[in-house]
Amino acid sequence: MTALDTVEVKEGVDQETVDAVKELSGNYKYGWETEIEMDYAPKGVNTDIVRLISSKNKEPEWMTDWRLSAFARWEKMDEPTWAMVNYPDIDFQDIYYYARPKSMEEKPKSLDEVDPKLLATYEKLGIPLKEQMILAGVEGAEDAPAEGRKVAVDAVFDSVSVGTTFQKELEKAGVIFCSISEAIEKHPELVKKYLGTVVPPSDNFYATLNSAVFSDGSFVYIPPGVRCPMELSTYFRINAENTGQFERTLIIADKGSYVSYLEGCTAPKRDTAQLHAAVVEIIVEEDAEVKYSTVQNWYPGDEDGNGGIYNFVTKRADCRGDRSKVMWTQVETGSAVTWKYPSCILRGDDSQGEFYSIAIANNMQQADTGTKMIHLGKNTKSRIVSKGISAGKAQNTYRGLVSMHPKATKSRNYTQCDSLLIGDKCGAHTVPYIEVKNNSSRVEHEATTSKVDDDQLFYCRSRGMDEEEAVALVVNGFCKEVLQALPMEFAMEAQALVAISLEGSVG
Amino acid sequence: MALAQLKIDTTAARLADVDVPQGAASWGNAARADALARVRQMGLPTKRDEYWKYTDPASLTAADAPEAAVFKSDETPLFDAVDRVKIVFVDGVFDADASDDLQAEGLEIERLSDAMATDIHWAKDIYGVLEARGQKPVERPLATLNTALATDGVVIRVTGKAVKPVNFIYLHNDPSSDAILHNVVKVEAGAEMTLLETGPAAARFSKLLEVDVADGGKFNHVRAQGRDHERRAVTHCFARIGAESTFKSFTLTFNGVLTRNECVLEIVGDDAVAHVAGVCVGDGKDFHHDDTVFITHDALNGESRQVFKKVLRNGATGVFQGKILVKEGAQKTDGYQISQSLLLDDDSQFLAKPELEIYADDVACSHGSTSGAIDETALFYLRSRGVPHDEARNLLTLSFLAEALAEIEDEALADDLRDRLEGWLARHR
Repeated sequence: MTALDTVEVKEGVDQETVDAVKELSGNYKYGWETEIEMDYAPKGVNTDIVRLISSKNKEPEWMTDWRLSAFARWEKMDEPTWAMVNYPDIDFQDIYYYARPKSMEEKPKSLDEVDPKLLATYEKLGIPLKEQMILAGVEGAEDAPAEGRKVAVDAVFDSVSVGTTFQKELEKAGVIFCSISEAIEKHPELVKKYLGTVVPPSDNFYATLNSAVFSDGSFVYIPPGVRCPMELSTYFRINAENTGQFERTLIIADKGSYVSYLEGCTAPKRDTAQLHAAVVEIIVEEDAEVKYSTVQNWYPGDEDGNGGIYNFVTKRADCRGDRSKVMWTQVETGSAVTWKYPSCILRGDDSQGEFYSIAIANNMQQADTGTKMIHLGKNTKSRIVSKGISAGKAQNTYRGLVSMHPKATKSRNYTQCDSLLIGDKCGAHTVPYIEVKNNSSRVEHEATTSKVDDDQLFYCRSRGMDEEEAVALVVNGFCKEVLQALPMEFAMEAQALVAISLEGSVG
Repeated sequence: MALAQLKIDTTAARLADVDVPQGAASWGNAARADALARVRQMGLPTKRDEYWKYTDPASLTAADAPEAAVFKSDETPLFDAVDRVKIVFVDGVFDADASDDLQAEGLEIERLSDAMATDIHWAKDIYGVLEARGQKPVERPLATLNTALATDGVVIRVTGKAVKPVNFIYLHNDPSSDAILHNVVKVEAGAEMTLLETGPAAARFSKLLEVDVADGGKFNHVRAQGRDHERRAVTHCFARIGAESTFKSFTLTFNGVLTRNECVLEIVGDDAVAHVAGVCVGDGKDFHHDDTVFITHDALNGESRQVFKKVLRNGATGVFQGKILVKEGAQKTDGYQISQSLLLDDDSQFLAKPELEIYADDVACSHGSTSGAIDETALFYLRSRGVPHDEARNLLTLSFLAEALAEIEDEALADDLRDRLEGWLARHR
């Protein structure tokens, strides 16, 4: 870790620790590559590529037209520059927009037909595509309650979904869980009704690009009154070089339904940066509830800032019905550059939005992330808890909007964003926008920035912990509010991630 | 990029016939010409600029000032009982007859035009210099325009502990006056002064204050911006704050159609203190008040506080844009920022952007922002104790404002302002 080489070692930290830390750091464990034969669309993006992606997915004409109109719009748009992130100009014509394992040319009818190499990839990532009781690879999951917890997985490999587990069992409950390409084919009426209604194709530069070239992603429909019998998850893996991943997720929770959805992502280590521009749309009808959790662990680049994923993502939930509820939880540890603001439109009366985030940036990582809470309905509530941690030379920004419209009377927002700095070369920034247009609503915003508390560290050390353990403990305490909001499987993984990312940051 | 060019072209057209005031020595001419060139390059602000997201600058940049009725009040002028050096401007023009002699112990006071006519003058190192320093990272073209076009003002050098405060009194007599004033204060090492500013000044008022506080110096600033006047104002304060020195500024705003107060402070010496606070009370749809504060910590062990409270009713709008920037190496910084609004009815609005930008790890910075109505429980409690509704509401409003008023060090000044606030609340029920 070069950042550590230049950091003055503080008193009380011995050289041995620093050396150990150097060895540990840069240890991104998902950085390997799967050697597999791939089919690529030609490099670059134009109307032919858009048509090609559409035809590979065997889409109807309305979908192709939808993409083409988005593409026409995108060509006239400028890349946004307002975020506090710096990266070299992206050459949008030097990227593959479609990459599919050769073996996926014909969609496998069941998981048994999937290329063993692909299955092995997910096995290695700790996400075996088997219909088993618990999400394996997560320490402590064995202690799960005896009745077991099932998690259905949709696995996306570069541009395509390679398989979805537990589909049959979910079908029995009426739940549709499949790749979005499959949904366009089998449930066009649902896709047509909802796609682009939360994040319109004109929304922003990256969302518009995504609307034109998205290749796959997940689709979820929970029928009225159904509590989804298991947690759903999508695991995104970028494998191919010079390839952008553009996935689209659409989740519809119909009246009175409930679903908890998990998302994970990783990519191999490479010297060149790769683009990931996803769109997630969530529609929450009356009395429905959606929990959306992300552990974002894309390759962050090396300590000098070479390579890594540019993660430019648009995520938004529309609480359309009264008493609907959405909860975003994110643990952001990966990506070279993050530009991501999962938002809630609280349209229905008494609807509720929550956002819990931990963003950890180390080395040369830059994260500009936060949320928007747009209160339109009466008596709507939102809560934002954001914890940003910067180490090395990283920059971490919380950017958020809380807007109370004139008609959103008696609404309530509470925002707390804290930043923690480890080392004197990193930065932490807070950019909240607060717009209150009625007086019966209450808005509160609090933010603090501090370094790891010396007293707390001293206390831990006086109890015999070494410096690193002590920092991990203090930081875990700092992040606890967010971690507690995660589903059990993720909480464990996230706690381990928090420790990993901070190793080597002491001093 | 087309937009940026459009802005520059519009500015060029707007400033085509504008000439800088004449009669200055070469340094003054150079400073003005440089400023005019800088404005042309930046372009005048528009509502599309991020920094003007919540306030429309159109009436501040238009060629002609919108009219404002002259407001006559029989109230005793503020700070009347204070022993001070009065410096009076009528519609932005220095009035020697109404002013006191420009002499006081510990102070050297000159009219800006006299200072600028002098070949070698200390003000050369400050006039337009602190303003130019304050243009990064956010451009403030209206301040630069002021540097270019200011027609009057005063320069003050504080050489010791000033016995009397200086009071700038801005009178408004002409309904279409358009005043541009630029004042410069240099507080020498270990010196101290208090500056008071009162009055509405003009139908449209652009005022810029540059303050250089040397090591161990102390600058105290208390200002009241008129009373129930219809005026529009854009004011800037740029301060450079040296080691172990103190800068404190408090502003009280009553009404006014449009007010944008920008305060740009740069802490360059260790162990310095910078406090900036404000209270604004606004009534009516055409009331718009904007506090924009930017504090840069570029030294060790600095302390800064921003305390802003707004009371808004009948469709009034309050804006707060505050930022604490802690530069790399500015360790042990203690930054605090609070912006709160009390909305007395459903039409009023509060728009805030309280920012932190931090590049040092051993610092404590916090900011808070809240908005809401008067606490019904507290109101009920007071009423159950026999306090009439309006009185109870005013009591709670004053207690809401207390934290900001407490920033005024001099109790006599604070009492005077508190009385005026009570008077305003009693009038606006």
